[in-house]
Amino acid sequence: MANLTFRPFIPLIIFVVMAIFLYVGLSLNPREVPSPLINKASPAFTLPQLHAPGKTLSHTDFVGKVSLFNVWASWCAACRQEHGFLMQLSRQSIVPIYGLNYKDQRDDAKRWLIQYGGNPYVASAHDLNGRIGIDWGVYGVPETFVLDKKGTIRYKHIGPLDYQNWTETILPIVEQLQAEAS
Amino acid sequence: MTIKQFFTGLLFVGWVVSAQAAIYAFDFNDPKKEARFQQLSEELRCLVCQNQTLADSNAGLALDLRKELYRLVQEEASDEEIKNFMVSRYGDFVLYKPPVKATTYLLWFGPFILAIIGLFILLRMIRNVGKQTTQTMSAEDQQRVQQLLAEKKEN
Repeated sequence: MANLTFRPFIPLIIFVVMAIFLYVGLSLNPREVPSPLINKASPAFTLPQLHAPGKTLSHTDFVGKVSLFNVWASWCAACRQEHGFLMQLSRQSIVPIYGLNYKDQRDDAKRWLIQYGGNPYVASAHDLNGRIGIDWGVYGVPETFVLDKKGTIRYKHIGPLDYQNWTETILPIVEQLQAEAS
Repeated sequence: MTIKQFFTGLLFVGWVVSAQAAIYAFDFNDPKKEARFQQLSEELRCLVCQNQTLADSNAGLALDLRKELYRLVQEEASDEEIKNFMVSRYGDFVLYKPPVKATTYLLWFGPFILAIIGLFILLRMIRNVGKQTTQTMSAEDQQRVQQLLAEKKEN
């Protein structure tokens, strides 16, 4: 029977299949839930700016150029981790960074920026009760949205930005979007 | 009051307080709405602590989403509208019972496929066992068996 020559390899085959499934499954990050907002227009909002409460920031401010929209808070430990990199990025002026200051007290947020090396944002919207965060599907801070020239969400990064995920993933997307006609 | 009674009383107070904490501050004028709120908050996932429902979770986001749910239930939004509200922001992952569609076919039907494969293997094994018991003997062996039996009879 042809089966007999094949049979000794069955445990090996089962092992290999399981190993592949486990390797892929265990290296996925369950925190990275795909966002349904990708390729959708920015959810509408108008919020007071963090540093100038008299002025507002709204989704229409994103139209006309590629931009980043970074969700941050002074109570968020991982935001501290990415802050230095955001400062570096803002100095390079590759792409404007807007902020969504999420469920934070105005004074705490302003103090936090001074304490951790400056303000990398063109402007931050102050979302005191987190209502706009819900419309943007925010569930863990920090999160960063990449918006194209029409203000459409093209990519969402969950977790802190760093040199590696910037150069490998996000910068190529930004450059590609900047090359697109507006 | 004995010490035992005192501690029993204390336990009871603790239980009442914690039970109160769980239903936190949502007042409904209509028991039907309250039931809908309860049911929906048990079908929706808290994204911060992923294995808890909105009803179970004490995370800040879960509380914010319960507030949204409360608002939607008070406004008499349909179940469909409420689920769409959540899914359009957070994706199918917020639903504890994911919808049947192309990306979830494997999730819904995978276990049945595995069960069928298992059944198939089991049937084959049973059939093979049957085959082994009805193995035919070579003429030579049969002759030897006859011989041995005959020898035994003689003794």
